[in-house]
Amino acid sequence: MTTTEPTTTEPTTTEPTRTGARTGGRIGEDAQRPDGTLKVTGEFAYSSDLWHDDMVWGVTLRSPHPSARIRRVDVSEALTVPGVSAVLTADDVPGENAYGLEHADQPVLAGEFVRYEGEPVALVAADHPETARRAAARIRVDYEVLPALTDPRRALDDDAPQVHPGGNLVRHLRLRRGDPAPTAPVVVSLDFEVGMQDQAFLGPESGLAVPAEDGGVDLYVATQWLHVDQRQICLALGMPPDKVRLTLAGVGGAFGGREDLSVHVHACLLALRTGRPVKMSYGREESFYGHVHRHPAWMTYEFGAEPDGTLVYGKVHTLLDGGAYASSTAAVVGNAGTLGLGPYRFPSVSVDAYGVFTNNPPCGAMRGFGCVQAAYAHEALMDELAAAVGVDPVEIRRRNGVQEGDRNITGQVIDSAAPVAELLERVAALPLPPPPAERPDLRDLPGAVGNTTHGEGVRRGVGYSVTYKNVGFSEGFDDYSTARVRLQVTGGEAVATVHTAAAEVGQGLVTVQQQIARTELGVQQVVVVPADTTVGSAGSTSASRQTHVTGGAVKAACEAVRTAVLQRAAVAVGRPVAGLALDGDKVVGPGGEVLAGLADVLGEDAVEETVEWRHRPTHAIDPETGQGDAHVQFAFSAHRAVVDVDTELGLVKVVALDTAQDVGKAINPDAVVGQIHGGSAQGMGLALMEEVVVTDGHVRNPSFTDYLLPTILDVPPMQVEVLEYADPHAPYGVRGVGEPPTISSGPAVAAAVRAACGRPLRRVPIRPEHVTGI
Amino acid sequence: MRVTTTVNGTERTADDVWPGESLLYLLRERLGLPGAKNACEQGECGSCTVYLDGEPVCACLVAAGQATGREVTTVEGLADGTALHPVQEAFVDAGAVQCGFCTPGLVVAAHDLLARVPEPSDPEIREALAGNLCRCTGYEKILDAVRLAARRQAAQ
Repeated sequence: MTTTEPTTTEPTTTEPTRTGARTGGRIGEDAQRPDGTLKVTGEFAYSSDLWHDDMVWGVTLRSPHPSARIRRVDVSEALTVPGVSAVLTADDVPGENAYGLEHADQPVLAGEFVRYEGEPVALVAADHPETARRAAARIRVDYEVLPALTDPRRALDDDAPQVHPGGNLVRHLRLRRGDPAPTAPVVVSLDFEVGMQDQAFLGPESGLAVPAEDGGVDLYVATQWLHVDQRQICLALGMPPDKVRLTLAGVGGAFGGREDLSVHVHACLLALRTGRPVKMSYGREESFYGHVHRHPAWMTYEFGAEPDGTLVYGKVHTLLDGGAYASSTAAVVGNAGTLGLGPYRFPSVSVDAYGVFTNNPPCGAMRGFGCVQAAYAHEALMDELAAAVGVDPVEIRRRNGVQEGDRNITGQVIDSAAPVAELLERVAALPLPPPPAERPDLRDLPGAVGNTTHGEGVRRGVGYSVTYKNVGFSEGFDDYSTARVRLQVTGGEAVATVHTAAAEVGQGLVTVQQQIARTELGVQQVVVVPADTTVGSAGSTSASRQTHVTGGAVKAACEAVRTAVLQRAAVAVGRPVAGLALDGDKVVGPGGEVLAGLADVLGEDAVEETVEWRHRPTHAIDPETGQGDAHVQFAFSAHRAVVDVDTELGLVKVVALDTAQDVGKAINPDAVVGQIHGGSAQGMGLALMEEVVVTDGHVRNPSFTDYLLPTILDVPPMQVEVLEYADPHAPYGVRGVGEPPTISSGPAVAAAVRAACGRPLRRVPIRPEHVTGI
Repeated sequence: MRVTTTVNGTERTADDVWPGESLLYLLRERLGLPGAKNACEQGECGSCTVYLDGEPVCACLVAAGQATGREVTTVEGLADGTALHPVQEAFVDAGAVQCGFCTPGLVVAAHDLLARVPEPSDPEIREALAGNLCRCTGYEKILDAVRLAARRQAAQ
């Protein structure tokens, strides 16, 4: 195989796929993915599939210690290995040896200190990945091992080791509302602990950096936000943005784990040093060290209520382990604090949420972003309150759920639908699975064909949970997206071309962009060209925001194009612009009558517009009270879980996991349901099996053998009820979809296991020993 | 070392293969067939599933040299020209593809299942696909895809 150009993501088009079914589609229709055919044939080019003539492989040498001083790095022996073309250390970083999403506190390559196990120390480029790995093993690093801070609960002690010179506090969010010393007739409280979850996207961190003739570099990489990557890479390389050009390669899942840099700067450094294209692709073990995880949490919650269960106050103390570098910890603390009491009405609130540095693996963004941890605590406590006042779990949530017009705990008015009660009612009304006695098939029981039980010792439980999540970036962040849309007639057919820098990570944004363009421009052919940095920033593919924000930008750009086209058409057909519309590659009048073909109006010309689109602003919260309009939109979901627990062996079988969710407007209903299924499965994983086990700063299970992911045998059938209460403040009324199901599914599963075995279960993942011996 | 193997019906040869290389590396990096995916490279996720002499295997667990003189079929070899195999078609139609990194392995595993069991029950589908991890879909639409492919095959 010989190429001179890197293989990269194919332009996505609406060319009739080979299946011929369900292609096309406007908003609200089940449109097929434009990249579906490429993905089922193995032709879709993921970042780890890239290949370039004359390329070499880059590998990373990482610290074996969670905390150490580097006395000396000797690369001389590694350089003698045949096939090695470069060995780089911190001294070879030409710009600032620092990067980070919010704070540039993380070295590209460790200089004087390493602060977590797995921190990158050196890089090798060689003609074969095994050669590079063997050379890396011959780099001599002289470490002086230092005391490591590995218990986040000690991070703020006076005598704790200091991970960074500025101290171990990343952020303390303080929130106070209502009565400063509230009392209530009914008081319930609990401590809850959440383990460290991994995003476990299947496509490993990978990319291809190609040195360019102008002295710059072209990077093809899997990521969630090209422009924030570009900013950080430029800083590290000491190069202007026009010399550091990024193109999105095929992304094999993300879930927050690709918000921070991984191979990006390393591959560019090696490419610029060797003058050759450099491919980097982590193995699974390295991937566990190569991206941030979900913050583990230690939470203390107390609710006061009236005898009928009406909430009076909530008190929260939350500690999140941020690990060695800041990443997005401050924003995660923001969510864990401002949304930490769930979608309930609280007259009085006191919240203290802390994110701290430790010498544990860095933690940052993962789907649900601070709300996942909090939901375990507030939902467990709602069940506790229900039991204390003698009402059922659905009723306690119905009584206390926020409604449109209510203020949440930061004092922000929820100014669109807040159907907490309705979601609970709907999910509770979905059919239940048959009782265990009617399921004689061994495969339906905990342990399945392991033949560990025929029903003896098996107890059934049902649990409920409800959540809300902010959509988009909050607390005053300038959150926008850019879209460039072109309309022209080619070969007699009108074609719309949509160009954004928004990362398609699997969620289906490419399809949504096509649907919007078809709807707004009345054309069938829509080409979504590869995302890159030659167009303005689209913001991050995170916070459930892209359909809302990049969708908003594409809609606005299409509207601008349509206006320009209709102005031309008005002249051409001698009619006023008002009343003209585009449909089916034609200009039509108010009654749908065809007035002209687009070809007649545009001729050879292309009409192109680029629009930067912002959602309405959010605001910083008050540092003393945590009050303010922090969020742009809220998305709600409710889950019901049914589990069978083998209380003799501690095996849990999730029998059903059903969702009701308000999505505002389902642009692509089929894809919306797919998001809800996938999010629910990830939430279930944290409840029952997924944990990065860290002991004394060392990751004990960095593999898919030891880090357990839900398989098709673990995930049950899932009923999904989708509500569409349009948000009047959002394009088409859309409401973010991706995250809420990840938040409310796990607490429902935990509640069901509690109901089955009668144990309090104040920690997730729930382990077999927690549910045995009953 | 030199490895000669038949891939998707064509004899292919690779030179200078390091004996530690897997069949997965051989396919992806030497033969230009990146369809089989590199998600865990220790046989846990099924993303690299290919046929070796008609048996589905994790290509990451097969040494490149073991493929010498044998027949390998990858996901790239399932479509008939431009016509998708019914299993591939069903994955697209059922919305079983999100990020798609698990898809090639699941397509091969489902292809194998339907060749053995033309009308599988849900528990049979689950059992057959238990070695294939998917992180995006929660598997519901993958089940839909296999059911759809089975129905279409039965109707033919």
